[in-house]
Amino acid sequence: MAKRQVMFTFPTELIKEPIIFDLGVKFKLVPNIRRADISESKGWVVLELEGEVKNIEAGIAWLTGKGVRVDPVTGDIMEG
Amino acid sequence: MSQATTLRCRKCGREYPLEPINLCGFCFSPLEVNYDYKAMAQMVNREKLSKGPVSMWRYRDMLPVEGEVVDIGTGFTPLVKADNLGRELGLDNLYIKNDGLNPSFSFKDRVVSVAVTKAREFGFDAVACASTGNLAASVAAHAAKANMKAYVFVPANVESGKLVGAAIYNPVLVTVDGNYDDVNRLCRELTKKFRWGFININLRPYYAEGSKTLGYEIVEQLGWRAPDCVVAPAASGLLFTRIWKGLDELSMLGLIEPVNTHMYVAQAAGCSPIVNAFEAGSLHVHPVEPNTIAKSIAIGNPADGYYALRVARQSGGGACAVSDEEAIAGLRLMAQTEGIFAEAAGGVVIGALKKLAAAGIIKRSEHTVAVITGAGPRTQEILTDIVKPLAVKPNLASVEEALNVPV
Repeated sequence: MAKRQVMFTFPTELIKEPIIFDLGVKFKLVPNIRRADISESKGWVVLELEGEVKNIEAGIAWLTGKGVRVDPVTGDIMEG
Repeated sequence: MSQATTLRCRKCGREYPLEPINLCGFCFSPLEVNYDYKAMAQMVNREKLSKGPVSMWRYRDMLPVEGEVVDIGTGFTPLVKADNLGRELGLDNLYIKNDGLNPSFSFKDRVVSVAVTKAREFGFDAVACASTGNLAASVAAHAAKANMKAYVFVPANVESGKLVGAAIYNPVLVTVDGNYDDVNRLCRELTKKFRWGFININLRPYYAEGSKTLGYEIVEQLGWRAPDCVVAPAASGLLFTRIWKGLDELSMLGLIEPVNTHMYVAQAAGCSPIVNAFEAGSLHVHPVEPNTIAKSIAIGNPADGYYALRVARQSGGGACAVSDEEAIAGLRLMAQTEGIFAEAAGGVVIGALKKLAAAGIIKRSEHTVAVITGAGPRTQEILTDIVKPLAVKPNLASVEEALNVPV
């Protein structure tokens, strides 16, 4: 089992959808939410995903395809 | 002995021992070094500091290091009174802090000097980073000085010419078959696998502290007074927050009066997540895809973005983005008025300063410091169209004709 700490940023049209629940069920991932801020128009969630590496990768690709932005909680490592 | 006591979560306040870790295990927010300021106040005073070495290490009692430091001669860079540029912009008390004059030509030497010192203290025999520019050069240079191995990770499609500034110090250069995001992800995984001091991952809390010295120096060079305004660029936002922390600490230690400095963050319009959040009145910095010539500050998902935003707000400062054209105009203006050639990020700072002064946000009489973080030669490819020589034959008549003046 692997763990990945990530931040999801949701666009307005996805705020009402139970995306984190769907992600967990569809890809057998356990989401552990640590911080979040959701409003009517936008939202972000900082969480840890636990599961098989390939499922984490597939789940993130699925989310990205739906329009959710996925970023590492550390911010960008690559610097100029 | 250092007065650092713990690492503390910037969000929830939980404390951790002084180890090579960077994130709070509870809320995943960044950690920062916490000090015993009462003890520190007993150790420092203006006279003692001003008699220290002419480098950033004159402030070593205020930094989280224990033993011998890894120093390549960093810091105490010039703070220049910029009267010519000030006249152009309508500012009577303008100063330029020229950190492009550090040994590897950028302010990164400040942070890396502390980080590599800590890497050695923690027993790492190798340091690593992901960078194509200033950070890579500085890490490689400090590793060379410390007799440590340096690993520099870059995307495979980066032109080899961009890596000369790092390669000269002979690090292990690793090209990754992927884009920037792939390199980011790989490096996070590498910190779990290898016992390396990863400069801006597991050493980040210590790395950050090096930036405070820029704030300390500005105050000391102004005769122990904090400026009214600071305009500084933001990439991850770390430098911006630590300049502020530096000013705040000097006040807390009783070395200067209470600080009333307005902090202005400058970003390129093609990568301005912090400015966007400031202008939208948002508390959250939404990541963006970078698209600017100012590569050294092109970070779309800034680790300290939220904290930089907070400093700009709390200090009564602001945020300003400029186009690439405005940045280049800023570079040229500073070079042609003050003789200072900065990298593209410096043009962003001068472009932002120009806008802030023109709008009356920064007032004519205010003591204002523009922070230049890197030297021009590193990004000279963005200025190729400025070379327009007069072609003459090797005789006086030809020169006279070309210059249109009698010789």
